[in-house]
Formats: sequence, C-alpha cells, structure tokens
Amino acid sequence: MSSVRTAPGPEGTAPRSPARGQSRRPRQRSLDRGDRLFLTVVVGIPLLALLFFVWLPALASIGLSFTNWDGLALADMRWVGFDNYKEIFTNYPPFWPAVEHNVLWLLFTALLPTPFGVFLAYQLDRKLRFTRIYQTAIFMPMVLSLAVVGFIWEIIYNPDTGLLNGVIGAASSGSHIDWLGDPHLNLWAVLVASGWRHSGYIMILYLAGLKGFDPALKEAAALDGAGGRQTFFRVVLPALKPVNIIILVVTVMESLRAFDIVYVLGGGTGSKPGMQLLSLLISDNIIGESSHIGYGSALAVILLLVSLAAIATFLVQTFRKEDQ
Amino acid sequence: MTATATPPASRSRTPLAPRATAPSRPPRQTGRHLMLGGIAVVWLVPLLWAVYTSLRPYSDTTRHGYLSWPHSISLQNFSDAWSQSGMPHFFWNSVLITVPAVHGTLLFASAVAFFVSRFDFRWNVALLMLFTAGNLIPAQVLITPLYKLYLLLPLPVWMSDSLLVYNSLWGIIFIHIAYQCGFCTFVLSNYMKTIPKEIFEAARVDGAPVWRQFFQIVLPLCRPAFAALATLESIWIYNDFFWSLVLIQTGDKRPITSALANLQGQYFTNPNLIAAGALMTAIPTLLVYFALQRQFISGLTIGSGKG
Repeated sequence: MSSVRTAPGPEGTAPRSPARGQSRRPRQRSLDRGDRLFLTVVVGIPLLALLFFVWLPALASIGLSFTNWDGLALADMRWVGFDNYKEIFTNYPPFWPAVEHNVLWLLFTALLPTPFGVFLAYQLDRKLRFTRIYQTAIFMPMVLSLAVVGFIWEIIYNPDTGLLNGVIGAASSGSHIDWLGDPHLNLWAVLVASGWRHSGYIMILYLAGLKGFDPALKEAAALDGAGGRQTFFRVVLPALKPVNIIILVVTVMESLRAFDIVYVLGGGTGSKPGMQLLSLLISDNIIGESSHIGYGSALAVILLLVSLAAIATFLVQTFRKEDQ
Repeated sequence: MTATATPPASRSRTPLAPRATAPSRPPRQTGRHLMLGGIAVVWLVPLLWAVYTSLRPYSDTTRHGYLSWPHSISLQNFSDAWSQSGMPHFFWNSVLITVPAVHGTLLFASAVAFFVSRFDFRWNVALLMLFTAGNLIPAQVLITPLYKLYLLLPLPVWMSDSLLVYNSLWGIIFIHIAYQCGFCTFVLSNYMKTIPKEIFEAARVDGAPVWRQFFQIVLPLCRPAFAALATLESIWIYNDFFWSLVLIQTGDKRPITSALANLQGQYFTNPNLIAAGALMTAIPTLLVYFALQRQFISGLTIGSGKG
C-alpha cells in the first residue's frame, strides 16, 4: 500500500455519508458528483458489455452442457445431468484423440517455438545493425491473416505442385507424400505452420519484456565473467518473471485455443482424422448440420475448465503482488 | 530497482581462469548476423513462395511445373483477383468492422484501466481480473449462447437490415470490443501505473475534474501503449474469421478473410490467382505494422516494471 500520500482536497467536498465501511483512503473524498458520474459511465458501459457478451455466454454454455438441446425449440430442452459428459468420456471416438493432439500441440509449442522465440529476442536485444529487419521478417507470419497463412502452407504442402515435395523430389508419382492428407503426418505439418507464427509472437513479447530489463545487471554479470548463456539463465531469466508468466500463459492458451490454422489447412470442413482438436470438435457439434448444442457445450466446458486452470495460475501470479 | 546483482567478490571462492576475450570489448557480430540473417530468410521463404506463385500466369506453371524458372512475370493475377471476386466490397466490410472495433476497444479499455490504476476502490483488483480473464476464455466456449443471443437481440433498421444483431456488422463489432477489452485493459493498466501520482495531485489542486485528467493527461501519456495495442488489435480483429463465420449469414457482409474462402471455392483450379488474392488481403495489416512499428515494441512494456 503506497497510496496514502495524498492530502485531503483543499476544497473539502466532504462526503455526506461515510457509512459504507469507514473509507481508509482520503483520496476518494475529493470525487464530486460530476467525477462519480463520469467514472460510473465510462467504467459501467465496458463492464456491462463484458458481462453481457462474454461472461453471460460463458455461463450459459455451462448450463447448456447439462441439457440435450438440439438448438431449435427451447421447449424441447431436457435436463440430462451429466449424461453428455459420460457420453463424451466413454462413447465419443474423436474425443481422446483430440485430447492427445491438444497435449501434443502444447508440448510441441512449449518445447520448440516458445524457447526459440525467447532465444531470438535475447539475440536481438542488443546494439545490432539490421535488428529491425530481422524482427520484421520473423514477426511477419503473425501479421498475416490465418486465411493467408493457411493458403501459403497449402501451396507448400500440396502433394502434386507443392514446394516441399518439389524440393525433396516426392512429387513424382509413386513417391507421393500427402502432408495434409495422411493422418500420421498432417498434425506435424500443421504444427510446423503454427510454430512458424508462434515464434515471432513470443519473440515480440519477450523483446518488450527485455526493454524493461536493467542493463546494469547484464554488465555486472559480464564483469563477473559470466558468459552469454550463464548471464541469460542466471540473471536475465529470473529477473523477467512477469514476462515469463505471460509467455507461459500465451503458450498454453494458444495451444488450447488452436483452431483457425487447423480449420483452414483441414479444408474448412471441421475435424479431420489425425487433426482432431477440442476446439474443432466443439464447432463440429454446434455449426454442423446435426447441431448437438448440449454435446458441443459439454465439450466447451471441458475446454473452459482446462483453460481456467491456466487463467487462474496467471491471475494469481500477476495480481498477488498488487494485493500486498 | 537494482536487484540481486551478484557481488563482484565471488572470485574469492572460485578462482576463475581469465577468459580469452576481455569482457569489456564487444564481441564480433559476424556470426550472429549470419545466424539471424539465415533464420530471417528461412522465415520469409513461405511468403516469398506465395509471391512468386502469384506473379506467374497459370498457363506457365501448368506447362513447366511450379518449381521452375519463370517464363513471364506479371501482375495480371492481382488485377484479376481484384476485379473478379468483389474484393473491394469485402475490403470495405473489413474496414467497417476493424476501425470502430479497434477504437472502441482502446477507448473502453483505457477508461477501465484508468479507473483501476488511478483509484483504489475495494473491487478494483477483482474488476481487472474479470476483464483480463474474459479475454482468455476460448471463443468456442462462447459461440453457441452468443449465436442464440444474437438471434434474440433486435436492432433498429438503420443499423441492421436483418433487424437483429445476428448477421450484422454491429454484432461483430460488439463481440470484438467486449472480447478484446480484457487484454488491452491489462496492458494499459500496467502502463498507467508507471505514471507518477504527483501529476494527478497537481491536476486536482488546479481543480481539473477527473474527466479532464483522463482525456488531457492520461490519454496523451499512453500514446506508445496505444500504438502497440492498435497494431496488435488491428491485426487480430482484421484477421479474425471465427466470429464472422458463425455470426454472419449473408456472404456479402463477410469481411475479407472469410471472402477469401469464397475465392478459393470459386477458383480452386487456379492457385496462382488465389495466391494473388491472399497476398492482397495481407496488405492492410502489413501497412499498419510498418506504420506503427517504431512505437510497437517500446509501447509493449507488459507489466515488466522495474520492481
């Protein structure tokens, strides 16, 4: 608490009712009615929008997951308790593969593109010519839209005319490699495309974090004879804890949310063998012809619960120091 | 905050061998340039391949294959894609969505961030958490109830010809603002905490009401953060296609990103033309990025305040 530096306002607009829990903070007493009205409006409108468009649907999803609703008439809605969940865990073939793919996605992203992005940021955060050109080139995939990224990788992975098969000589008949069609390969192909984007994103976030890093620490480490690697692991990394947490959360959330790039590279029709992900299964169930809203919502709630674990970690870590 | 710099007396414990290069002289950067240059080139290959494809006529690539030297280079594919797929119209839709959504998000988020960073009411941390967490919920979790909600919400006829929030650009703008507010609020509140409190004290003594402090002190001071967030949000909102995929029914109201899918359906036999169309959709975000690049990273001080 470093707030009580304020002298009470000179004009002394004393509050008429200090009833609500004797305010410890004199600063708020200087708010007159105009100020209060202004704050109420500018905070109230965003808050209402957030509650109405984000939190209400999120809660409604939880409610719907206990029903068998088909999305048509509200009268047909039946409460089925945990049936959807039972069904998903025991009798829905694509579910476990999807979980497996999401986990694989997370592991891949956390082990390759994320550290690579951090490494690049560390390399670029120094006096270096052309550093902006390097940054731009590596961040470029993040700037492109997913639709474009999807298309770019399609003309690379195309079995007949693609760049990749052309270069490795697998385009001739007989030795075709169908990167996006083969269920054993396609997830890895998509992961490469996703990692291509993710590295640049992490690089930018980490560069931003390094900007707030005190260079004196680095110099001190160098004077002590620490090499580049030692300096990074012993000095820079521990000092950037807030950024590390953000990077971690971004990586987890992006892996759980992964949707667009798989959707586009899968031909825009929903989940495909070898590329099932939770997000795609949800949209399969709610956008497809047979809309199993209850079912799709149950899948959404499972995704939400996993996300909440990540969100909670992040929020606790971030706001703990503010509560002190 | 000069935190835990190791005391320089550590030599007493470990007799370090003197290193070959004096640590004070900066090392030669040639190796680093080679490495970074190599990575940058590898990173650009997919994009350059799409550019190369788009510059060649379809007939040329069918005769010689895609991996071949060009026999003619032209911008014909670009002009064809532009004129044959109604791209200008879809571009305009994207502008109509992105510009208000980015401005609305930044305005809302800066107001909430101002509130939580400048005052300490009891619920402020909870409020900030509510906003931040809102942006972390996967979009697929929201989409079903949101879709039904949009079908129930009326809009006046001058805003939506469907008379509903569903299938209107407004609906897309609303969800973008509500959903993206969390991220911007979080970044901006971190940024605003670095503004010295004395400025506000001085303003108050001078009798400036809160709204003037907000508009005339806080907003101008947050310009670098706005540049960074405007870049990111423009990219995200312009590039989104999930919301418009579900919440817009009529093809001609879709933004350019979903329109590209139509183009692919229409000309799937001519990848060169699609490559040209795809690259054109990428131009606006690239322009925004280059325009704001200078402030982009410096404005993104994500809560890594010193101490």
